[in-house]
Amino acid sequence: MTSVLYDVPGPKARRVSLIGSIVGAVAIAGLLWWAVSILAAQGIFEPERWAVFQIPEVWVLIGNGIIATLSAAALAAVIAFPLGLVLCLMRISDVAWIRIPTRIVLEFLRGMPVVLMMFFVLLVFATAPFAAVVAGLVLYNSAIFAEIIRAGIQSLPKGQREAGLAIGLTSFASRRSIELPQAIRRMLPSLVAQLVVLLKDTSLGYIVSYEELLRKVQIMADFLGPDYLFPVFFVAAAIYIAINFSVSRLAIWIEKRGSKKAAGGVVHVPVAEIPVK
Amino acid sequence: MMAFLTRRKSLLVAASAALALSLSACGGSTSSSNPPVAEKPSFAADSTMAKLSSADKIIIGTKFDQPLFGQKGLDGKPIGFDVEIGKLIAAKLGIAADKIEWVETVSANREQFIKQGRVDLIVATYTINDKRKTEVDFAGPYYEAGQALMVNKDNTSITKPEDVKGKNVCSVTGSTPAATIVEKYGAVLVPAATYSACLEPLRNKQVEAITTDNVILAGFVAKEPDAFKLASDQTFTKEPYGIGLKKDDTAFRMWINDQLEAFDKDGSYKKAWEDTAGTVIKTAPALPTIDRY
Amino acid sequence: MDVIIENLPAYVDGFLRTLFLSVVSGIFALIFGTLLAAARVSPIAALRGFSMTYVEIVRNTPLTIAFFFAAVVLPRLGVTFQQFEVAAIIALSAYTSAFIAEAVRSGVNSVPVGQAEAARSIGMKFSQVLTLIILPQALRTVIPPLINILIALVKNSSVAGAFYVLELFGYGRQLANAHGDAVLWVLVGVAFFYLLITVPLGYLANLVERKVAIAR
Repeated sequence: MTSVLYDVPGPKARRVSLIGSIVGAVAIAGLLWWAVSILAAQGIFEPERWAVFQIPEVWVLIGNGIIATLSAAALAAVIAFPLGLVLCLMRISDVAWIRIPTRIVLEFLRGMPVVLMMFFVLLVFATAPFAAVVAGLVLYNSAIFAEIIRAGIQSLPKGQREAGLAIGLTSFASRRSIELPQAIRRMLPSLVAQLVVLLKDTSLGYIVSYEELLRKVQIMADFLGPDYLFPVFFVAAAIYIAINFSVSRLAIWIEKRGSKKAAGGVVHVPVAEIPVK
Repeated sequence: MMAFLTRRKSLLVAASAALALSLSACGGSTSSSNPPVAEKPSFAADSTMAKLSSADKIIIGTKFDQPLFGQKGLDGKPIGFDVEIGKLIAAKLGIAADKIEWVETVSANREQFIKQGRVDLIVATYTINDKRKTEVDFAGPYYEAGQALMVNKDNTSITKPEDVKGKNVCSVTGSTPAATIVEKYGAVLVPAATYSACLEPLRNKQVEAITTDNVILAGFVAKEPDAFKLASDQTFTKEPYGIGLKKDDTAFRMWINDQLEAFDKDGSYKKAWEDTAGTVIKTAPALPTIDRY
Repeated sequence: MDVIIENLPAYVDGFLRTLFLSVVSGIFALIFGTLLAAARVSPIAALRGFSMTYVEIVRNTPLTIAFFFAAVVLPRLGVTFQQFEVAAIIALSAYTSAFIAEAVRSGVNSVPVGQAEAARSIGMKFSQVLTLIILPQALRTVIPPLINILIALVKNSSVAGAFYVLELFGYGRQLANAHGDAVLWVLVGVAFFYLLITVPLGYLANLVERKVAIAR
């Protein structure tokens, strides 16, 4: 595939590009080599430091950490999605006294750090850390889900709603049976992408002492001693990236599949709505 | 193939050796102790003791990241001096060690957890002070620690708290030692999430010292005697550790006070120390005078 | 309520630190992110590959892990600093730049193909096409999402509170510990100062978005 931004490179440009690629690759490899050799000089890659992973208890702990991370994320997602749906409907309601307060609440939720919400629930309601993590994730992500679905509804042609109202559906019925199904389908990739964000945010549970993967690893490293800090954290980072990467792939797969099937195809969210974090 | 197997085997040996080493360095024993459980103790009806005893279950809050006092092991069970004290008290209520539910309490949520009844007791390097006494009650003290400074082994410039003025000192966000070192001695606070998180910055010389209670620091020094040392054997504050419980439950508080004195008499206090922190800190403490306010 | 007024200096100090972290990281992230986006659409395969790998890895890494690398692993590599704000800025800008790169790239894709074709047909090189034609147009559609990324950055800076930097959230934790009886108000105060930055930025994003929508 050629880009519209530049010509198909000729022999000279290809040569320059090749040389550039090699130089770049060498530079990056050199940088990595430098980092690895410094770490190696500190004994970080010595086998006995990594042998800790042959102890079954270590894997049991890591396994428990993964389960804790995934269960908080799953529960939060399951609650946040319907809640987001409701918030979205309230946000676009025809009734001003529903729409305006909802809008304020959404602005508020979107403007707050997730970790602050977790901390708030933990201290003010004195809940268990698990509940605090889930509550923090639900509050924030339901607001984001609401915004994503709203963007989906607004991306639909006006005719959809007009036709719904014209055949005598109430405003709510039109939303429910005509607009929402299309909007959700269109926004599926963004919704899944938000799941990655949600999954990543469980690691903030570390700060409110919920024993998810990162916290488990921290406790383990504290217990085993500083020699094992690095191996254990490298493995934790690798696990996180692997899990998140799989979910991201899922989003891309859905997007490809959806673009064939969904009426009108999936929509790239107006990037303004892409939640980050 | 053979060679590969032997190699793997030797790795495994190295691993278990390393683990055993770190375990002994932690001062924790892998087999958790089970103090003898009192059989059918009798208490005044309606007292907290009677309720806990008949429920045969107690929830105790402790720290999970405090070497020697309360630290979570690989098997998921906390070990340390605080944990032993908790077990001894439970045993006097007729509750076996495996019936105790351990809950992690961090500095920020201890008062809240007691107030909301999420824990029955807190044994978590919990310093008794007047401000906290307005919200919760304290039995004890069962131990008296004091604030100290830990520095790199090669550091000679810091020997007393006055030496840290204007220098980077690491401690846990919001802890009492952190406030003291800033307000009284003018240090620049580098806040960390846990005390163990302070170790890397100290090692990398990004902070000059770590400050908290001497016993916690002693645990780190014991683990890495070649890297760290205490700046001085003197402590510059007094931190009496108490057992936190619900406010105005005087009967329960007095009962725990009685038990602490009994532990001292029958030697279980000494044994609890020797099994845990005593593996590292050689001077055994005497039980401080109980504060029966 | 009194607790907020009594500790106003602490709040203001934390607020300024948060603002500082956000502004400096934001500038670095904008520069690095735009370069990454340019690399992603460039004719040199290695640059494209690097940009793609970087963005994929960073987007799938939790921010806490990024902070751990900046604050703990880097010093081990000999990159030491006495001010932990440096670690926070490295982590935040490395993390945010990946999102900025993605936003700018989708902005580039939103510019009609004819623009690039026209530019090339009058003989412009890749660098000219990008800087003179595509980016200036892309920037318009990209500004609202960029502002949203910056809002996220402000909120993300709260993670620094757990990594050796005393910013707004760090002060919040400290005050919450010291005032166990007024935790609610302590945290309301913290929330207020965050909203002081994020809400106006959010309005700005909405405003620009509406302007852009009309202009198109």
